Amino acid sequence: MSYKLQFAELLPYWNVLLYGLVFTIVLTIVSTVAGVAVGTAGAAARTFGPTWLGRIVAVYVELIRNTPFIVQLFFIFFGLPALGLKLSETTAAFLAMVINLGAYSTEIIRAGIEAVPKGHIEAGLSLAMTKWEVLRHIVLNQAFRKIYPALSSQIIIVMLGSAVVSQISAEDLTYAANYIASRNFRNFEVYLFVALAYLVLAMLTRSALRALGRVIFKAR
Amino acid sequence: MLLKRLMLAAALATAAVATQAHADALDNIMKSKVIKIAVPQDFAPFGSAGLDLKPQGYDIDMANLIGKELGVKTEIIPVTSANRIPYLQTNKADLVISSLGKNEEREKVIDFSIAYAPFFSGVFGTKAIAVASAADLKGKTIGATRGAIEEQALTAMAPDATVKRFEDNNATIAAFVSGQVDLIATGNTVAAAIAEKVPARAPTLKFVIKDSPCYVGLNKNEPALLAKVNEIITKAKASGEIGKLSEKWLKAPLPPGF
Repeated sequence: MSYKLQFAELLPYWNVLLYGLVFTIVLTIVSTVAGVAVGTAGAAARTFGPTWLGRIVAVYVELIRNTPFIVQLFFIFFGLPALGLKLSETTAAFLAMVINLGAYSTEIIRAGIEAVPKGHIEAGLSLAMTKWEVLRHIVLNQAFRKIYPALSSQIIIVMLGSAVVSQISAEDLTYAANYIASRNFRNFEVYLFVALAYLVLAMLTRSALRALGRVIFKAR
Repeated sequence: MLLKRLMLAAALATAAVATQAHADALDNIMKSKVIKIAVPQDFAPFGSAGLDLKPQGYDIDMANLIGKELGVKTEIIPVTSANRIPYLQTNKADLVISSLGKNEEREKVIDFSIAYAPFFSGVFGTKAIAVASAADLKGKTIGATRGAIEEQALTAMAPDATVKRFEDNNATIAAFVSGQVDLIATGNTVAAAIAEKVPARAPTLKFVIKDSPCYVGLNKNEPALLAKVNEIITKAKASGEIGKLSEKWLKAPLPPGF
């Protein structure tokens, strides 16, 4: 029990860590924006769209929510080239993240939409608002306000789950940790540091989302 | 008194047997018309169980070749990596042909013949890609398994190359087979396995990273047997028999200079 912590051993790799950190942050931001957009479209299609479209969305949601993320990632990266679709590891990582968050947020947003009282929609329509105006100002506005905490949690789960993209050699924060550990064998220090980095990142994400929520929902 | 004499006699007899066993391994083999050779059972393509559950592989063919050249029967003894040298030391085997590499520790306890099989890590790619040295890797992507010797060596040798590091060998192989990387840094046996299963992406050697060929191991102080084994290997190299073994099991010609 006389293990000596030597965090100085990490210093020569600061650029690897910084690159990984930036990669994970960018990956999270892009997949959040795109994933929530996919989720909104999916939820709207499932509630208001034609039956056939709703069925397609349902298949997509079930397929993604009932299979492991790493399998989805490997399918995109290692499997799709067999069909002639070759994506770089970075593109594959972004795509897998968007697809994954898209499916989960579809269901979260749909729950919000279904919680909007029918009377509100009818009221909007009877005030001569168009379908799109009702969707935007009455349905989605209320839906997002209700499911915002749940969506925030899902975004953080996806951010932490993004560690898996290191398996297809995408150079995120976990990749940086694995790389350093394979070089200096300081597993304890490396993974402790990276775990703390994820913790800080998750807490910052939560605060950022809360601040964003305040701006969006209180500004009216 | 009688007891003491008996013990002495027994000790002398044991010593005599021991000396006889050590007298000359080659003589013993020729007399008994059998050579016992330890081969791997867990290391394809050098030695593994075939569909008929009999050992098969490069090392088994090599063992039979030596037996044939000596004009004696070859007795194949399957061993594992951990117990192959003890088998030799306890005279359960006359030779070890078990993808054995040479290092200082092993040289202290056993002798080695000349190399009989190529074993190396290198950069491999399909025929279409022109790469002859680490300098040609600029702008190419090379898949490697993180932490493996070839990955670390490659990182140092080719700083301009894009090395994609994967968690384990299977992911590295998958990346190469699916075309996600242009080249693969791995061992020649792995390259042979890919060539066999995915001929369309058959990897050919571009350059060697680390060479550690296989040698026949035998007990120390057996100059006659050592000379004979070396003679057989030299002859088999010259006649192209070893080249054929390489083509058969490693799916590649012998590397230049072997």
